[in-house]
Amino acid sequence: MYNRDKVIPGIIIFVLFAAFPIWWGHGKSVPPPKPELPKGKCVESKEYMRAHHMQLLNIWRNKAIREGMRVYVSSDGSRYWIGLQNGCMKCHHDKSKFCDRCHTYAAVKPYCWNCHIPPETKEFKPPKRSALLKLFGIPERLTGNSSHHEYEEH
Amino acid sequence: MKRRDLLKLAGLSAVVAGGVPGFLNKEVKAREYTPPPGALTAKRWGMAIDIRKCWEHPECRDCIKACHHIHNVPEIPEKKKEIKWIWKDEFEHAFPDQPNEFNDVLLQGKPFLLLCNHCEHPPCVRVCPTEATFKREDGIVMMDYHRCIGCRFCMAACPFGARSFNWVDPRPYIREFNPEFPTRMKGVVEKCLFCYERLEKGQIPACVEACKHKALIFGDLEDENSEISRVLRSRFSIRRKAELGTGPSVFYLIG
Ligand code: SF4
Ligand code: SF4
Repeated sequence: MYNRDKVIPGIIIFVLFAAFPIWWGHGKSVPPPKPELPKGKCVESKEYMRAHHMQLLNIWRNKAIREGMRVYVSSDGSRYWIGLQNGCMKCHHDKSKFCDRCHTYAAVKPYCWNCHIPPETKEFKPPKRSALLKLFGIPERLTGNSSHHEYEEH
Repeated sequence: MKRRDLLKLAGLSAVVAGGVPGFLNKEVKAREYTPPPGALTAKRWGMAIDIRKCWEHPECRDCIKACHHIHNVPEIPEKKKEIKWIWKDEFEHAFPDQPNEFNDVLLQGKPFLLLCNHCEHPPCVRVCPTEATFKREDGIVMMDYHRCIGCRFCMAACPFGARSFNWVDPRPYIREFNPEFPTRMKGVVEKCLFCYERLEKGQIPACVEACKHKALIFGDLEDENSEISRVLRSRFSIRRKAELGTGPSVFYLIG
């Protein structure tokens, strides 16, 4: 074989590199997530919610918004107001200590919170000036972003 | 292979194939779903705006403030990107079709309060490819923001400019938010929904409640004893671009 002294180390390096995640993580284990549970009972059993909350939430949003069915009668006959902000999060007071714990662990990024407001939110961050504008020191008033339009009375 | 065997095999494969996703869509429990008790209901919700009362208080913006606050409508200074659910504009812009030149002189430049008309035959609903915009039984032209893909067909279809598109993330432009209501996100269209979330709780729309001059009358257009039906029978009213046949449910009392 030509260039044996280069090809073989090359292959070894490649295999080590490709297997990096395996030997790097070998023998270590990440502790399972511990979401903070509120007192009292949820709309269904813990086991059921753990496995199926996503299907339930999906059905809830269709029922509430599209069919006007705002009240959920659970399998034990209790009634609940359907809603994420006004339902679930009235007990689960902190998204970061409940939802995020498992979602981060499982590396899932549900987009609920693009619109729904987590209960721990105090305020939204003010608009950022774009990095480009800052870099060139262009004042905000030249971008048309500063003049607040008010309806002029006649 | 005989026909019979083929059918058996097909049947067996269907069972096997069907069995796999089966556990994913496992029946969701629920005994039942019901509408909220104590909700305000109607056959066809509508609004009458006593615009002459508005003219007596030209500075008043209570309805706009109330609506935009409770629905987390951002205040974006850039005119092209602004979001509005209820706003004021002058007569010529709101009613570009008025055929009567003398009326025109009378009403010229007068501010009108504008919002989604919750049309009886809404073109926005017809064009929405995802059914994110749909018409409820009670006449409210509803939006399911979960489904909106931001194609803006509805904005092109609405002859009243009642819809706004989120060109940027609206959140930084909301000064004081209402934690009971969501915001929208970049790439989604929004508009007035006749406060469906308040009707559900037995409350009248926020703008109607906020108007201390009682210029806004909200009610069932198909109930002849409702306040709105009575006032529409007794006073002269106009609707925006009625000739287009969309059947606006918002009426302006001018007589
Ligand atoms: S006013 Fe526009 S957005 Fe509202 S229902 Fe009519 S067409 Fe649709
Ligand atoms: S922008 Fe959204 S609501 Fe409008 S037509 Fe497209 S999907 Fe429907």
